[in-house]
Amino acid sequence: MLGRERAEVNRGVELFLRTIVARAYPRVIGANREKSWIFFETLLPLLSVAAYVFFYRAIQAPEEYIGLVVVGGAMTAYWLNVLWSMSAQLYWDKDAGNLTLYIAAPSSLMAILLGMAVGGLFMTTTRAVAIIAAGWLLFGVQFSLQYWALLLLTFIITMAALYGLGMVFASVFLLWGREAWHISNLLQEPIYLASGFYFPVKALGFWVASAASLIPLTLGLDAMRQLLFPTGPTLGFLDVQLEIGILVGLALIFVTASKFALDYMEGRAKQEGRLTERRR
Amino acid sequence: MREALRSFRVATWLGWQIESNWTDPFLFFVYSIVKPVASVMILVIMYWVITRTDTTSPYFAYMYLGNAAYIYVGSILVGVSWAVIDDREHYQTLKYIYVSPIKFYFYLLGRGMARFLTGSLSVAITMGFGLLVLGLPIGLGAIHWPYLGASMVLGLASLAVLGLLLGAATLQMARHYWSVGESVAGALYLMCGAIFPLDVLPAWLRPLGFALPLTYWLESLRRAVLGAEASRAISPSLAGLSDGQLLLILLVATLISSVMSIYFFRWSEHRAREKGLIDMTTHY
Repeated sequence: MLGRERAEVNRGVELFLRTIVARAYPRVIGANREKSWIFFETLLPLLSVAAYVFFYRAIQAPEEYIGLVVVGGAMTAYWLNVLWSMSAQLYWDKDAGNLTLYIAAPSSLMAILLGMAVGGLFMTTTRAVAIIAAGWLLFGVQFSLQYWALLLLTFIITMAALYGLGMVFASVFLLWGREAWHISNLLQEPIYLASGFYFPVKALGFWVASAASLIPLTLGLDAMRQLLFPTGPTLGFLDVQLEIGILVGLALIFVTASKFALDYMEGRAKQEGRLTERRR
Repeated sequence: MREALRSFRVATWLGWQIESNWTDPFLFFVYSIVKPVASVMILVIMYWVITRTDTTSPYFAYMYLGNAAYIYVGSILVGVSWAVIDDREHYQTLKYIYVSPIKFYFYLLGRGMARFLTGSLSVAITMGFGLLVLGLPIGLGAIHWPYLGASMVLGLASLAVLGLLLGAATLQMARHYWSVGESVAGALYLMCGAIFPLDVLPAWLRPLGFALPLTYWLESLRRAVLGAEASRAISPSLAGLSDGQLLLILLVATLISSVMSIYFFRWSEHRAREKGLIDMTTHY
């Protein structure tokens, strides 16, 4: 490769990375500047999780089910983050007038979305950790960290696949107006149901659980539960290693698809004049 | 009074348009079905996974009914506070609405009414699904209709005034306003025994549940639909109260909440004008 070409590639990579940092910056710094989010984003969502815990207690469920709810409740934070702070974010940015600036800047929309993901992960992980900690302290949930390395690996691959899916969604949301809000809203409870956030997904039966596995959190959550609880494998849907393999495949597919989808949708949005449209 | 009624009627129409005209009627209908049915199916599967019993047990009906009625809490409570957010931050029309010849309190009530209508659609679908698909043990002939009617009127009235309290609080907020309604609804879901009897809560949390009008609304609703004995057997802590006492407590709680909401709303409105919060846009 010629020196000039290499310099251009290096500059492109640098710009990509700088864009990620720049978009993640306001989310991370904003969270540190204004601490009130800790109350709203950790304590209050915990109350909803607690309702499901007490429901299981009311029907005298075995204690491992309380653990399932706590882990599921913690992972809802990531799904909500993908829906509202990533997919629908381009709609909010369009509304606020930022989207045109993103497009006009000499940077990639994918880098901007990755920056959103990195910044969002910080806040979301705090919320998830708070729910896990509360589950341990308030409900006496016992977690096993025997397979912590595999657990961490599963989590990272799940997040890669999930945020890849989020980027695909974001490209579709680029074209939407007011319906973006409703579609995000619609994708909450049905996904909690299909992915088994509050019960083992295998309870849905093989075919439904298999179809739901297209959503990365289904298999990610199932694998993490199997690794976190001694009785987890009895409640698991597939073997953990197989689930990790499928998640790697999903991550590759979604991240690649998001690149094509973003390019296509950006072009279409430009042609149809949707980037500056503010249909409220 | 005429102005109040007009404000209420127009706000209801406006709210309905906002809720329903974002898409075609078919997609709106699908949206109205999928969300509540998925919500209730989460609980149904949790119940099935553990009990492995059929859906004709009284406890299942107790849980199902509480969850279905709770749709109103989410709709009305969240709806009124969202009306403030929508109008002020999103559409940026609150200032124009405020200076028009309307009664702002009744305007927000009307927006809550629109959410009541969409919520009613969800409740009807959820109950229809329960009766037709899951075989809920509810006989329409066995329902105590006058008691149910009284319970619904008082319960929905208490929800409306609680929604206005929340709306008035939202008017003062510059941060996190978008999560307030959902968070309060989530907290109430836990405290008022929507899907389990209050007896399951730790002893230190129960007094909070007993202080909420919604607790008495849901209990009276269950007694009207399932029968007093079935409901009493599941919820011993409320079993000592007669049907009449439940309604009386609900009535008193609603009146107290109404007075509180009127005074708090006036204070909030006055403060919002002083601090320039009516036309505030934070982009938060």
